[in-house]
Amino acid sequence: MNDQIIFENVSKFYGEVLGVNRISLSIPPGITTLVGPNGSGKTTLMNLMTGLVQPSSGRISVMGLSPVNAPELFCILGYCAQFDSFPRGITGWQFIFDSLMLHGMSEAEAVELTIESLERVQLGDAAGRKIAGYSKGMRQKVRLAQAVAHHPRVLVLDEPLNGLDPMARAESIALFQELGRQGMHLLISSHILDEVDRISDRVVLIAGGYLVAEGSIQQVRHEVQEKPMQVLIRCDRPALLAAKMFSVNHCVEARLHADGKGVFLRTGDIDQFYSMLNGIAAEGLVKMESVAPADDDASAIYQYLIGSSGGTS
Amino acid sequence: MMEVVGKFLRSLTQQPWGLWWIQARRLIRIEVRRNLFTWKAGWVYFLAFIPTLIILIHLSVDRHPAFAISEDTSVLAGIVQLYYIRLGVFFGCLGIFSRLIRGEMIERSLHFYLLSPVRREVLLLCKFVAGCISAVLLFGSAIAADFALMYAGFGAAGTDYVFNGPGLGQLEAYLAIIVLACLGYGAIFLLLSMMFRNPTPAAMLVLGWEAINPVLPSLLQKLSVASYLRHLMPVSVSAHGIFALLTVETEPVSAWAAALGLLLLIIAVLFYACYRVRTLEIRYTTD
Repeated sequence: MNDQIIFENVSKFYGEVLGVNRISLSIPPGITTLVGPNGSGKTTLMNLMTGLVQPSSGRISVMGLSPVNAPELFCILGYCAQFDSFPRGITGWQFIFDSLMLHGMSEAEAVELTIESLERVQLGDAAGRKIAGYSKGMRQKVRLAQAVAHHPRVLVLDEPLNGLDPMARAESIALFQELGRQGMHLLISSHILDEVDRISDRVVLIAGGYLVAEGSIQQVRHEVQEKPMQVLIRCDRPALLAAKMFSVNHCVEARLHADGKGVFLRTGDIDQFYSMLNGIAAEGLVKMESVAPADDDASAIYQYLIGSSGGTS
Repeated sequence: MMEVVGKFLRSLTQQPWGLWWIQARRLIRIEVRRNLFTWKAGWVYFLAFIPTLIILIHLSVDRHPAFAISEDTSVLAGIVQLYYIRLGVFFGCLGIFSRLIRGEMIERSLHFYLLSPVRREVLLLCKFVAGCISAVLLFGSAIAADFALMYAGFGAAGTDYVFNGPGLGQLEAYLAIIVLACLGYGAIFLLLSMMFRNPTPAAMLVLGWEAINPVLPSLLQKLSVASYLRHLMPVSVSAHGIFALLTVETEPVSAWAAALGLLLLIIAVLFYACYRVRTLEIRYTTD
């Protein structure tokens, strides 16, 4: 079986309104984050791959399965959608147990998996209460529990950190990382770019229904050549270092760090920059403590490729 | 031809019937629970049991001389045809069956079903069966209670009419009519709720269609639930004035042909509903 999620030239129009246009993507196992402003098409992509909406054109395959093949697809896929609503009058336990029973498993097996998934999101104590009485964070957790309860190989999470307090957010991120390490596909949409940095193996940037960039954050940053890369160097003589680096014409900006023990340098050619830096270090004129890229994170590439509207960090 | 039939039968045997059966049992249980045990179902209970309450008052207030049995039998037949078939079951089924798909879209909870490993056709048919069970339980028990209360006041004469006369046969016919009415209106309202954001105006058109059906050509009369049920009535009801709009006079048809005709109508409607559910999209913001 193919282990990729594949979008082949997929377009979706809602009447005359564009959802997504000509998206071609191949997503390997690991944690992939969809990043883009509101209305950019992130949820449409997720709904397309789960069959909640049908593409106007193009083809989608999830591990070799078509989204219209619900009986097989949803044995391997869990989707924690953004819709904050539940069947009326249902308890957390019933919500997960009923969904597991629809997989055709025995009652004993469904009970076992229900307990396991509720404990995974620390919701065991509230399981018997009606979901209508849950806080927003608890509702988010019970949706997550339902999505992972049947041990899917692909997990699609639409803004899964919304409404969670910092502690629950950290626990959820740890859960995603654990699932990612187990070789699962996790496709997460998020606008919290700091967290995207922490959890993502790959990012997919999308704006206005179009694919802007995809790959690892570092790969994508390297591809944005028109924006010089910024590097922070902690050293004992930042002014001297800046002067030396400026003698090279690909260094376009230098800014001393506030504490006077470092300098931010911008360069149009990062390879030559590091080679030059090695030379200076070898000369022994400047003692360097650390060298770290300062703008190869999700926030920076979001700013460079999409702009500031809609993104928060 | 034989080869095609053989291939079709082979493909039928290869379907996961066991899994569908398990899923169907669970889906029907969930849906019946939602249909019957919520506050919102209160008005359907009201529609089903309001005649029962009136008959109960009639039982406790009025005298029941033996010669009045035939009059009460006609009243009961009128209640079934004029109230249950044309209004009670009609609006009860509108409430129950339009909730199954459209109601869940309004509540934004339908996607949970569509994200489960259940064929959409199986889901739709299970929802339909659950709706039918709920409606038949409510209206069937209401009719049975109406029947029991109607003849309870007659003492020995009533018992004799029920057990040694035509009583039980009439009850069976009423229950069969209620089952077919729930199936027929249920299928129509399930489909309407998938076609329209608000199925109520369309349902009012159906009500109007049912009312004018007797004056339509005989071919068009076959597109009516009430016209089929009319042929199954064990006691004919003659109505005058405004009530004449609620009765149906059609050309005579045998009971089995009426039942078969209605079942064919239901199958055709469900077939089209299955086709539509395959392409149903979840776009709550536009629903």
